[in-house]
Amino acid sequence: MFEIAVWICGVFLVLAAAGAIYRLAKGPSLLDRVIASDVLLAIVGASLAIEMVYNHHMNNIFLLVIVSLIGFLGSVTVARNVGTGKP
Amino acid sequence: MTLELILDIVAAVCMVVGCLMSLAAAVGLVRFPDLLSRMHAGTKPQVFGLLLLLTAVAIEGRDPKMIPLLILAWIFMLLTVPVSAHMVGRSAYRSKHLHEENLTQDDLKNVVDYASTRRED
Repeated sequence: MFEIAVWICGVFLVLAAAGAIYRLAKGPSLLDRVIASDVLLAIVGASLAIEMVYNHHMNNIFLLVIVSLIGFLGSVTVARNVGTGKP
Repeated sequence: MTLELILDIVAAVCMVVGCLMSLAAAVGLVRFPDLLSRMHAGTKPQVFGLLLLLTAVAIEGRDPKMIPLLILAWIFMLLTVPVSAHMVGRSAYRSKHLHEENLTQDDLKNVVDYASTRRED
């Protein structure tokens, strides 16, 4: 029963990653790509969580926190510097 | 129907719905017309999907000592994702991403105009 759930989650995450990469490639502007990379990082975090659920351990909770923080820092700096127009 | 089975089922359901959330985020990201609506799709499912996945991790982890750490991880995500979406929205609004036709009501217009006029004088 549990393997089926993990398999379904894997398929969902692969489709989500494909959608995010599509938006990352096609995104007309830089800000679209920032949002798409944020979603991609969330998918990485989700896969970490699934691996933790499947193997019944909690070792890489810190990696999950670090991934979400780094994603936040990246998108905020890009958003901060794209809109100002000053060199 | 032992307790173990029930907990497993609840964790599996939480996990599947959490991943459904990121799938919804990606579908919203692909299909929404302009950047400001894509921001909705990009950020909301992230936070809720992570909450469900962290509950699944907490249920399967089986030791309640780690629950505060999971809550901390989720609070970090809860604090950071809206701030980054706000920054992206702010620079998107000021740059060329504003498509008037998609907006039904624009509250920020007079604030931005007032701010820009105040900057000249």
